[in-house]
Amino acid sequence: MDPKIVAFCCNWCSYAGADLAGVSRMQYPPNVRIIKVMCSGRVEPSFILRAFEVGIDGVLITGCHIGDCHYVSGNLRAEDRVKMAKELMKTLGLEEQRLRLEWISASEGEKFASVIKEFVEDLKSVGPNPLGKGEASCP
Amino acid sequence: MSLENIVNETKAYYCLECGKCTGSCPISRVNKGYSPRLTVEKALLGFDKELLADGGIWSCMTCNLCKDRCPSNVDYTKFIRYARAEALKTGYTGNCTHGGVLSSLMRIMGNPNLKQDRLGWVSDNLKISEKGDILYFTGCLPYFETLFKDIGVNSLDIARSTVKILNRIGIKPVVMPDERCCGHDLFWTGDLENFEKIAKLNVGLIRGTGAKKVIFSCPECYRTFKQDYSEYVDMDFELVHISEFLAEKIDEGKIDFGSLEEDVTYQDPCRLGRHLGVYDPPRKVISSIQGIGLIEMEHSRERSICCGTSTWTNCDRFSEQIQKERLKEAKAAADTLITACPKCQIHLSCAMKSKTPIDEVKIKDFSVLVASAMGLGDDP
Repeated sequence: MDPKIVAFCCNWCSYAGADLAGVSRMQYPPNVRIIKVMCSGRVEPSFILRAFEVGIDGVLITGCHIGDCHYVSGNLRAEDRVKMAKELMKTLGLEEQRLRLEWISASEGEKFASVIKEFVEDLKSVGPNPLGKGEASCP
Repeated sequence: MSLENIVNETKAYYCLECGKCTGSCPISRVNKGYSPRLTVEKALLGFDKELLADGGIWSCMTCNLCKDRCPSNVDYTKFIRYARAEALKTGYTGNCTHGGVLSSLMRIMGNPNLKQDRLGWVSDNLKISEKGDILYFTGCLPYFETLFKDIGVNSLDIARSTVKILNRIGIKPVVMPDERCCGHDLFWTGDLENFEKIAKLNVGLIRGTGAKKVIFSCPECYRTFKQDYSEYVDMDFELVHISEFLAEKIDEGKIDFGSLEEDVTYQDPCRLGRHLGVYDPPRKVISSIQGIGLIEMEHSRERSICCGTSTWTNCDRFSEQIQKERLKEAKAAADTLITACPKCQIHLSCAMKSKTPIDEVKIKDFSVLVASAMGLGDDP
């Protein structure tokens, strides 16, 4: 099984972190599609559920470390929103491991690569998203 | 369905252009740009594209106030529903509230491979069963609990209270761990494909429990099962709202609602009232509680004003204005507002949290009120 991952990376820290992993030629699995957002706090529970709805196996949200947020408290909001999304996922019967929140700074390219490696392994053990085959149609 | 067929189906060609609909519409009163009369007129004159692109069709609360008053019996609510389905095909949608999370949840629930874990709220003191004659359909309450905790609405209290009341009268209702959302909002926003999937899944699941009677605490689920499922799937069980069920028990003399010293007023949810004509049973149950004073608002029963927004689309400043006017009306009648719809409770509680403050009105659900009068309220 080859898990599909959507990663939301914040513009100021994590996206630069992912960039650093790239320019430093660090190797990590190609299972991830990165979406740049201005802040991890921008990621709503609806983005996360939408990803699962269309059959994505795992969602990763990355942002600046606590205290380092470019918008002061955006990452605290991200924490709250991830908590809410996990509650919804629990009721839906989706495994908690499918959603992951990580703080990755612009200098932590290595951490980005290792988080992706770990996440892919985790998702392989969890198995595919049960919603994947039903092909929910979305307007 | 083409717009011409929509006009034929809803008998919109009988429109006299009298404007009673626009005069009655709670939205037109606060939003001068919205007019049901003009919307129908556009269809009659063949301005199809303009009509489907018009954001106004997504603002309608489908509360049936105009339909009830139309002298030509034009079914405007149905007209809007068909027009939305058509608009959706053309690529237009309304503005989803809450980032579309609720629409996503509904579509996810249409997936047959989903195995939910819905019964986290059932504590040890609540007695439920897996198979039996009477089933309680909880609807979206477990999801509402997560999404609307932060505005102080604990939707699962409705589910707990309903089960407690049923337990008190000796019923151990079936509660399904994997029931789906009823699909009401998909149906009303024109996503009929996913609605059909959900309808079939739900009816299959209910059949599997052997239930003969299904009790609802949510008027939207009740309406959807009663009027809209029959188009897609056959049902062989009786459907009843908790207020009707309890009112029946009063006639049989099988229930004592206890006492509560409080003045309350009752908000008729549009689905329960105008859509299904259930006005008296909730009032009968509330009045059977000793010591309670039921005071009607200026607009009640058939004239009741809706809670400002529906189907999780187009919640805007106009919705807030409608909600606040409704809350003022409630405050003039009593300090506590009782509603039988979880969404009325969410919408009105949200208006209470707005930046321009208004007088505090306590908003309680019907089942929660009855349970607390019966002395069942305090234990979790």
